[in-house]
Amino acid sequence: MKIGIIIEREYLTRVKKRSFLLITFLAPIFFAALMFLPAILMLNSEKFDEKKTIAVRDESTLFVGKFKDTDVNTFVYIDNDLADAKNLVREGVYDGVLYIPGTSLNLPVNAEIYSMKQIPMTLTEYINSTMKTVIEHKKLLASGIDPAIVKAANTSIYVQSIRMSEDENVEKKSFGEFEFLLGIVLAMVIYFVIFLFGNQVMRGVIEEKTNRIIEVIISSVKPFELMMGKIIGIALVGLTQFLLWAILTTGIYFAVSAFLPVQEVFSTGTAMTEQIMETAANTDSNEVLTKAFDIIHSINFKTVLWCFLFYFIGGYFLYSAMFAAVGSAVDNETDTQQFVTPISLLLIIPMVCSTIIANAPDSSISLWLSMIPFTSPVAMMLRIPFGVPNWQVVTSVALLFVTFIIFTWLASKIYRTGILMYGKKVSWKEIFKWIKY
Amino acid sequence: MNYLEINNVSKTYDTKKVLNDISIKVPQQSIYGLLGPNGAGKTTLIRILNQITMPDSGQVLLDGKPLSPNDIANIGYLPEERGLYKKMKVGEQAIYLAQLKGMDKKEADKRLRHWFMKFGIASWWDKKVEELSKGMQQKVQFIVTVIHEPKLLIFDEPFSGFDPINVNLLKQEILELRDKGATILFSTHNMASVEELCDNIMLINKGEKILEGSVKDIKQQYKNHSYDVVYKPFDGGEEIHQTVNSMNPNDVIREIIDKGELVSFNEILPSINDIFINLVSSSNKS
Repeated sequence: MKIGIIIEREYLTRVKKRSFLLITFLAPIFFAALMFLPAILMLNSEKFDEKKTIAVRDESTLFVGKFKDTDVNTFVYIDNDLADAKNLVREGVYDGVLYIPGTSLNLPVNAEIYSMKQIPMTLTEYINSTMKTVIEHKKLLASGIDPAIVKAANTSIYVQSIRMSEDENVEKKSFGEFEFLLGIVLAMVIYFVIFLFGNQVMRGVIEEKTNRIIEVIISSVKPFELMMGKIIGIALVGLTQFLLWAILTTGIYFAVSAFLPVQEVFSTGTAMTEQIMETAANTDSNEVLTKAFDIIHSINFKTVLWCFLFYFIGGYFLYSAMFAAVGSAVDNETDTQQFVTPISLLLIIPMVCSTIIANAPDSSISLWLSMIPFTSPVAMMLRIPFGVPNWQVVTSVALLFVTFIIFTWLASKIYRTGILMYGKKVSWKEIFKWIKY
Repeated sequence: MNYLEINNVSKTYDTKKVLNDISIKVPQQSIYGLLGPNGAGKTTLIRILNQITMPDSGQVLLDGKPLSPNDIANIGYLPEERGLYKKMKVGEQAIYLAQLKGMDKKEADKRLRHWFMKFGIASWWDKKVEELSKGMQQKVQFIVTVIHEPKLLIFDEPFSGFDPINVNLLKQEILELRDKGATILFSTHNMASVEELCDNIMLINKGEKILEGSVKDIKQQYKNHSYDVVYKPFDGGEEIHQTVNSMNPNDVIREIIDKGELVSFNEILPSINDIFINLVSSSNKS
């Protein structure tokens, strides 16, 4: 089959390109860095901090003994006056002096910290929160309220949303935020991939036209075979890239795990999250873990993956057929704008509506956008993590595939005429006329 | 026997008749010149032969049978607007184009290397096309046109972009291909090469056939009975050159041998170039 030869060329010339190799191998390193770096930095953050000794001149005397020494920070209470203390900083005895002015009527709400070098943010934050706790405590006491009562009264509410189904025994916990995020990420990926690879198809067509190799080729194969060969070849390039990304990212993840104390990295991470959770929501760590587990189990990743594949293929074919038609109609890339803009708008609509869709995945606008073939690849990705009824997915995919077949056929008619047209600025009207040839 | 026959082919774009009832017969193992001014319909006719465009009516017979998709392997086409993938390696690309013509990869590789040697471009096999000069690219294009040993070769302005040395090389190759059995259809504006290479020609203008026949016959048909005469007068003067128009060359000679000694007597036949210009301008007037 000649189309096989064309697919092979389109695929190999792209895969062998330096830019393809670069993106394919650098991106996973970038992904891995995104995963590990924050944890590694967090773990080592103290190593980056210099040890600091801070003199505290507390005129209000409210904070005596309240600032606790840590690994990096040491607090020394002094009685010298401020000018004296500043001199000591200049001489290098202290790294900084914290000055809390005495107040006669109100509790102090301001403090100053003098230093030669910039004081780290973490330190000012620590001072801030310590002072806040002390002052709040004092205020409560002044109003005759036992601070212990306030602490006991502090509650956090968590509303668990549970999706029911016809089957009494099947109920599914749903976690809006996570599904929202996953949907947005998937939609973005589909959107970029369709754009990126659709553009490659268009550029490939223009290349053949400006090279003037086109006539040699279509005297050997049908224009339709050439167009489809190109579209399929580039789709395979995309799939290869995904596959390599998945393999390499996992590979790097495990490789890094073997060399770094990842357990530690992540346990610190979790510990910190727990801490935050604990102070914020008073949930115990077991509950946090269960919740994380629930989130992962609440999403049918298999369905998500299959849908991603179907919508990628369907959406890519639909749009790349249009991009191929555009490429055939123009002489160079600068002329593509007037045709590419309306096509891009079709793809951008669901992106613009993404928050609306992800907020209300079952609303009528979400339903319609996920049914219309031009918007469904992106719109459905936003809905999929929340769970979509099977009939909707099937209808939407069927509509998408029927449309892409029709559009490929129309595009091939435009393409057939367009590739042999030179030196002519074409209009939309002209392009529609070519369909009838 | 005619290898290629075009019978009453017409093609209309929108309302413009690009080809009107064109018929030609190309004998096997001959070189057939397709002549005409720009926009006459030559390229459309050639695209119909390559099945890039379909005719509205009429029929094309190749070797006595209607043209079919299988005939792609029997045709080699060098278009006027030709090019190669710039970023692809020369050898790789030549193999790709040969494969598209239905050749086996191994066989294509073998034959291509032979042709590359013959044309003195073997060392360019692994170079990218963009590193080649225009002339060398044209050589590569010529090779991929003939590599699958097609029975019908179609050359559209094959000499454009070649230097005189390579034009000569190409002419030799074209004649050799014909001698080996290929039938060649040849479209050009270079009238000198038409006289040199073509056995038969057709002239089209505005989609209409206005002349067809063998180069020899056409020249005879359009001669204006003028003769170039050179003689040395008896009275001992310089040689005299004279152009004489006469329907009766014997009378002319008789007249001259009375006046002096005949040095040479040649019939002046019109060049294809003159015939072309005359016919096209008179058909444009009508």
